Amino acid sequence: MTDSKTIPAEPRLSPDKRFILLASRLWAWAFLGLMIAFFIIVVPLSGGATFLTLRNAMNILVAITPVLLLGLGQTFVIISAGIDLSVGWVMSLASVVSAHAIRASFNAGAPLFLAATLGFLAAVGASAGVGLVNGLIIAKLKVPAFIVTLGSSFIVRGMALLFSENTTVIGLPADIRDYGNESLFYVVNGEGGGFYAFFRPDVTGAMLRQMDRIFTWPVVITAIVVIICMFILNRTQFGRHTYAIGGNMQAALRTGIPVDRHIVKLYMLSSVTAGIAGFLSTLRFTAGSAVIGDPLLLSSIAAVIIGGVSLFGGAGSIIGTVIGALIIAVLTTGLVMMNVQAFWQFIVVGAVVIIAVLIDQSRDLILGRRGRGS
Amino acid sequence: MSEPVLSIRNLVKRFGGLTAVNDVSLDINPGEVVALLGDNGAGKSTLIKCVSGVHLPDEGEIRFEGKPVSFPKPIDARSAGIETIYQDLALANNLDVPANIFLGREVKHRYLGGLINTLNDKLMLAEAEQSLATLDIQFPSLTQPIESLSGGQRQAVAIARAIYWKARLMIMDEPTNNLGVPEQQKVLELIRRLRDQGVPVILITHTMPDVFAVADRIVVMHRGRKVTEKRTGETNASELVQYMVGALDDSREAVA
Repeated sequence: MTDSKTIPAEPRLSPDKRFILLASRLWAWAFLGLMIAFFIIVVPLSGGATFLTLRNAMNILVAITPVLLLGLGQTFVIISAGIDLSVGWVMSLASVVSAHAIRASFNAGAPLFLAATLGFLAAVGASAGVGLVNGLIIAKLKVPAFIVTLGSSFIVRGMALLFSENTTVIGLPADIRDYGNESLFYVVNGEGGGFYAFFRPDVTGAMLRQMDRIFTWPVVITAIVVIICMFILNRTQFGRHTYAIGGNMQAALRTGIPVDRHIVKLYMLSSVTAGIAGFLSTLRFTAGSAVIGDPLLLSSIAAVIIGGVSLFGGAGSIIGTVIGALIIAVLTTGLVMMNVQAFWQFIVVGAVVIIAVLIDQSRDLILGRRGRGS
Repeated sequence: MSEPVLSIRNLVKRFGGLTAVNDVSLDINPGEVVALLGDNGAGKSTLIKCVSGVHLPDEGEIRFEGKPVSFPKPIDARSAGIETIYQDLALANNLDVPANIFLGREVKHRYLGGLINTLNDKLMLAEAEQSLATLDIQFPSLTQPIESLSGGQRQAVAIARAIYWKARLMIMDEPTNNLGVPEQQKVLELIRRLRDQGVPVILITHTMPDVFAVADRIVVMHRGRKVTEKRTGETNASELVQYMVGALDDSREAVA
C-alpha cells in the first residue's frame, strides 16, 4: 500500500492553538490560585485578619460541602445534556426526613450511631425516590428535564414543608452534633498544644479557642463522595456512557446503550448526592430544615459551569466542579474578610459564571469546533 | 458461484396507500460492491431500512447467509452482522477513537466478582490501533476527541468500528456526501479494501463517479421498483440517468 491510500495525519492544531486549548483548560486552576494570592495580599491591607490560615481553609471546606455535593450529581446530569433543578429542595426534604428518622429511632431506644445510620438511609431513600420519578418521566415520557425537575422541585418543596410542619425539626439527640462537627484531626495551637487524630483532645477555655478541627466528618464524607464520583465518571462504563449520551444521543441509542435506563440512574445519582448533603446538614445543625437547600441550587449550578461542564452536554469533569465550588467559596470568604458588603459576592460570582462560559465558547470558536453529534 | 450473502425476494413495503418498495428482488454476493441508485423517493432508503431492521417488510423474504431472517429492531440486524453506516455516522464527537469503536460494547476489568468494573482502556486502544491498521488507516492520535478529525477520518472510524465487530455486510448511505474531493477518494479506497477483505458493501449514492469508481454491479430503482441491474462495465452514466428518471425500464419490458 502506498501512502496515498492512507488517510493522512492532518496537523489539526498549530502550537498557538494548542496553547489556547491548554490555557482554557487550566484557567479555573489559575483563577483560583490568583484569587487566593490576591486575598492573601489584599485582605490584611484592607484591615482584615490573615487570609491564609488553617482555620480559614477548613471553614472554606466546611462551607463548600453542601454546594459541592449538589454539584457532583449535577455534573453527571449536565454532562448527559440534562439538568436537575430539583436538587435544592431534595436536599431540604432529605434534611427533614433524616431528622425525623434520627429523632424517632433514638427516642425508640436505638443507639446514637444506629439512629444516625437510619437517618442516612432515610435521606438516601427519600432522595432516590424523587430521582427515580424524575428519571422515569424524563426517559420514558420524554418530557424535557428542565420542565420535569422544575415541577418536581415544587412538589418536593411542598413535601419538605409539610413533613417539617413549616418549622425546624428539633429535638434530636444532642450528641448527634459531634457527627456533624467533630473531625478527623485536631490541632491545638500555643503552649501545651499539639496534633491529635480521631479523638478530640480534652481541652477547655482559652485552649479550646486555640483548637482547629481539621477535616470535619461532613468534609470527610464529601471527599469520599468526590472520589467515588471521579471513579465512576472516569473509570467506568457508566461514566463513558454518560459522556456518550451527552455527546450524541442518537449514536448512544444506535450503538445499543440502554439510554433510558441510564438517564433514570443519572437523576437518581443527582438526587442522592443532594440527599447526602441534606443528611450532613442535619448532623451539622442538629436539626432538620426545609429551607436549607433551595438557596444552594443556583450556587451549585454556578460551580458546575465555572468548572467547565458544558450545558450542551458531553464535556466536563468532577475536579472542575470541585474547583468551581472552591472558587465561589474563596471569593465569598475573601470578600467578607475584606469587609466588602455581602451583596457584592453575588455580583462577583455572577460575573465569574459568565466569564467562564465566554472562555469555553471562545475556545470552541478558536479551535473551529463543530457542533456536537456529528 | 457461491451462495449470495444477502438475498432479497419480492420485497414489498407500503406506507398507507403508498407502495414505497414494490416487489424488489436482489442478491448480494461475497466480496462485491453493489451500488443502489435512484432519485429521491425511489425507495432505495426504504429498501435498505427493511434490511437493517428499521422497517419490517409487508411482503417478501430476506435471507442472510442462507437463512431467512426478520429484524424487528436495528440492533437485531447489527447482531446478525449487518452494519449500516448512515450519514451521521453514529459517533460521539466528544469521545476518542477507541471509545467510539467500543461504544456500547466496552471492554472491562472485573473486580470482586464483577461487583466493580472499570474500563480496560489500554486493551481497547490496542485493539483500535490494530483494527485501523488492517484497513491501513493512520491517525495522528487516537486518544483525542474525534471532533478534531476530518469528515473522512471520522467516516474511517465508523467503518473500522463495523469491521472490528465482524460486519459481514456493510450498508453505506451516501458515504462521500459532505466530503472534499481528496477525502472522497480515500473513503472509496476504504470501500475497495472492504471488498478485498471479502465484506460485501451496498452503497447508496447519487454520485455517478463514485458508482463507476468502486461498484461491481449497479441496481437502479424508480418509484419503488427495481428498473435495472447492470454490471458496471456494461453501462454508462447517461444510460443510468435514463433509468433513474424512468425513461428506461427493464422490468416493464420484461412484462411486455
